[in-house]
Amino acid sequence: MNNIETTLRRAAERLPSTAPELSGRAEAEGLVDVAYTSVDSPLGPLLVAASPRGLVRVSYPDPRGPDPVIEELAERISPRVLEAPARLDPVRRELDEYFAGRRTEFETPIDWSHLGGFTRKVLRATSRIGFGETSTYAGVASRAGSPRAMRAAGNALGANPMPVIVPCHRVLRTGGALGGYTGGIERKQYLLRLEGVLGP
Amino acid sequence: MSVKLPPFQVLLDEHRVDLYRYLVATAGPVEADDVYQETWIAALRAYPRLRRPDNLRAWLFRIAQNKAIDAHRARGRRALPVADPPEPAGARSRGAPTSSLDGEPELWERVRELPPKQRTAVFCRAVLGMPYEELAVLLDSTEEAARRNVHEGLTRLRREWKS
Repeated sequence: MNNIETTLRRAAERLPSTAPELSGRAEAEGLVDVAYTSVDSPLGPLLVAASPRGLVRVSYPDPRGPDPVIEELAERISPRVLEAPARLDPVRRELDEYFAGRRTEFETPIDWSHLGGFTRKVLRATSRIGFGETSTYAGVASRAGSPRAMRAAGNALGANPMPVIVPCHRVLRTGGALGGYTGGIERKQYLLRLEGVLGP
Repeated sequence: MSVKLPPFQVLLDEHRVDLYRYLVATAGPVEADDVYQETWIAALRAYPRLRRPDNLRAWLFRIAQNKAIDAHRARGRRALPVADPPEPAGARSRGAPTSSLDGEPELWERVRELPPKQRTAVFCRAVLGMPYEELAVLLDSTEEAARRNVHEGLTRLRREWKS
């Protein structure tokens, strides 16, 4: 009954399980290609990720948990993805201020390099729409240099990897209908109310 | 060329506790923290160049085993210029504080007296239930040699650990 294997197994369960933190040292040695963390917001916990050059992802809670987003980052950018909150401190602060109504513009750098040509153009154009302003799919397509590529612009916005910070919620249908939103229409309404575009 | 590696964080979450316990058990509570960090940093450094996404645990534990051996040698070198009369080579001042933290300190002391491969083999097999095939990858040996390492290590522990 009490053989050596069992003794080892039981003793191992009593070994310490709190291992030292890794992210600080990994960051200091420049080994974190994608750092991510979770940021609380009125729209639910946001998963926020940045490369050393800037923001690469903001994600609303995924019903499947955070794993699919982290895997997407590993595949799209680099497998060296690590939960390393320190790099995201400035974004966290800006988001907190934005949701508290104390900030109208994000200053955090964005890493555009992982986005394809047209998507990048559309999202850059979108990022120039100011707080409290709105545009249309046609307007964004045109600002991106392809006035007739409305549908493609719509697709690029639908796949916006950085909602809130790249404000695709400010893009509405021509005529004023809200159109779709990555995080669901209620979130789009919430953001537009926060910015005073929609009444309370 | 496009190997699909899991996000490093997934690897870390999956193995951090086992790897830390392995190091506390086999390298000792004093060395464990440093060796643990060295291991993950080395793994992170090499990760994007990995050509295969399988046997990640074996890969990781092999790095850990090597880092533990390095740390042990380095400590041996550092210990040399001490004024005390030189002890025979290999005499470990394993006076690692027998803290109540590490479960069964004396049992792990016995484990640490085994040759490195047997230490690893015993822990990975008896505690983690690692398949011999994987253990062979870890030890860079044949499956037969992996079995032998487990067997010899356990036999010696059985003899020396009477409880």
